[in-house]
Amino acid sequence: MSRNSKRKAKKARNGIFCGLVYLFLFLPISVIVVNSTNATTSKPYLSWKGFTLDWYVKLFDNTQLLQSFGNTMIIAVVSTLLATIIGTIGAVGIYRYHFRGKGIINGLLYIPVVIPEIVLGISLLTIFSKVNIPRGMLTLILAHVTFSVPFVIFNVRARLSGYDKSIEEASMDLGANRLTTFMRITLPVLAPGIAGGALLAFTLSIDDVIISYFVNGQTKTYPLKVMESIKSGVAPDVNALSTLILIATILLVVLTQSGIFSKNKEHS
Amino acid sequence: MEKAHAKHQWRSNTLPALLTVGPVTLVLVLLVAIPLIYVVVMSFCSIDQYYNVQLQFTLDNYKRLVSANYMKIYAQSILIAFVTTLLCILIGYPFSYIIARTQSRRKKLLYMLVIIPFWTNSLIRIYGWRTFLGTNGWLNTVLQFLHLTKEPLDLLYKQGTTILGMVYCLIPFMILPLYTAIEKLDGSLLEASADLGAKPVVTFIKVILPLTSSGIFSGSIMVFIPCLGYFFVSDILGGGNSDVIGNLIERQFQSGNNWPLGAALSIILIVITLVLVKLYQRMGGDMDSLGV
Repeated sequence: MSRNSKRKAKKARNGIFCGLVYLFLFLPISVIVVNSTNATTSKPYLSWKGFTLDWYVKLFDNTQLLQSFGNTMIIAVVSTLLATIIGTIGAVGIYRYHFRGKGIINGLLYIPVVIPEIVLGISLLTIFSKVNIPRGMLTLILAHVTFSVPFVIFNVRARLSGYDKSIEEASMDLGANRLTTFMRITLPVLAPGIAGGALLAFTLSIDDVIISYFVNGQTKTYPLKVMESIKSGVAPDVNALSTLILIATILLVVLTQSGIFSKNKEHS
Repeated sequence: MEKAHAKHQWRSNTLPALLTVGPVTLVLVLLVAIPLIYVVVMSFCSIDQYYNVQLQFTLDNYKRLVSANYMKIYAQSILIAFVTTLLCILIGYPFSYIIARTQSRRKKLLYMLVIIPFWTNSLIRIYGWRTFLGTNGWLNTVLQFLHLTKEPLDLLYKQGTTILGMVYCLIPFMILPLYTAIEKLDGSLLEASADLGAKPVVTFIKVILPLTSSGIFSGSIMVFIPCLGYFFVSDILGGGNSDVIGNLIERQFQSGNNWPLGAALSIILIVITLVLVKLYQRMGGDMDSLGV
């Protein structure tokens, strides 16, 4: 039947198009993974010298690289934690209370989101320099908190907009004080928004290049170490580390996703 | 025990308000507002021979920045950003449409497959493109092996290469809002349109496009504005022919050591950003759909 074959042709065409887009997205990834197995030992590490997994072992001798990765992890965890706390209580406070300057606060929140990162980066650099704060882990954490807080607030705010305040009133009626009500009633409702915001903050922090570039001083984060390597030639151990990180994130996603899949099966 | 007068003081709560909103206010004021004000001030300053900032009002920086050389680069940046945004829409919209409206059980997987590449460091992915496109890179090696080309194609360090890199980095910011907007489409509206005799093209223009326009607008803003500042893409792939305003700023804060000039450039970038955001709001864009 002509309609069926039309539909099949359309599906095929859509499939090919999406396949090409996925190919585009994953092309550099495959270059990275393949190059991590390159047996080349001389700069600029571009010609193929055979397959080897040695670089995955040599990776752990590269203390500078590992340290930069460690820095990135510490900064990501600390800044995400701080941003999530500040953002969550901030979102609740802004939603619930009326005060002068609320409009200004709301406006200021959009600045780190909309403005190009380079402007945020240099503005922090200039103020840290003026106030004589030495650039390093502290400034990196402060910078990452700065761009993460608005994202947390937006995510939590999204959960707040459909929220029914009367549960809180009921809780207070039953004798709970404000803090208990917050911890036991409000927070669980907000949890998906908080989790979403925290995840976004963590992701942004790990991959941050531009802002970290200006406020890092001598401290190397993982993206900045990669930037350094690009100037001299990216050795396969950097590729190996990137591949390992990718595998770890995919595993994480698969684990969380499989939890969701089994929930769906129960319902259907 | 009776809690007489259990007053639910939802009004005039200075202490809770301060505790909850205080920290975020501190962050916004100390780390966003004040630094930006300082940048504005600095843009009107100059430097002495030791590269120290002199607090003396001068318009020299701005005068320098409206010269022909600089204007050329502003125009180039805007062109690159414009082409990048256009390509992101042309590729991203059909892609998001197919993925968002698929009935396949693997829809969630398809969505995740878009995001997974972006959990690898963006610098190393851009470097992957350089490895792929170089004269001795993968693409040329394969093409010559298949005898499709005799000499290596010179693909790197062109404006087009930078645009490729920008599209690559920024297309998820177009796909995600579009996906959200398209998912909200009510299929019955499309059926109704077809029932009333509209051809698919007409349905697209008159029903689908207006309903998903918010996704297109917020995606465009999230692509265009960062593009102006992504100096590392043009550094790695563009080789100096495709500087964006971000490159100019970076240069003044690193090798140029002229912070006031860099500050003035940043102000120009901020002004361009504000104009674009105003345009976005004027076209009906919703500020809340940015960045979520």
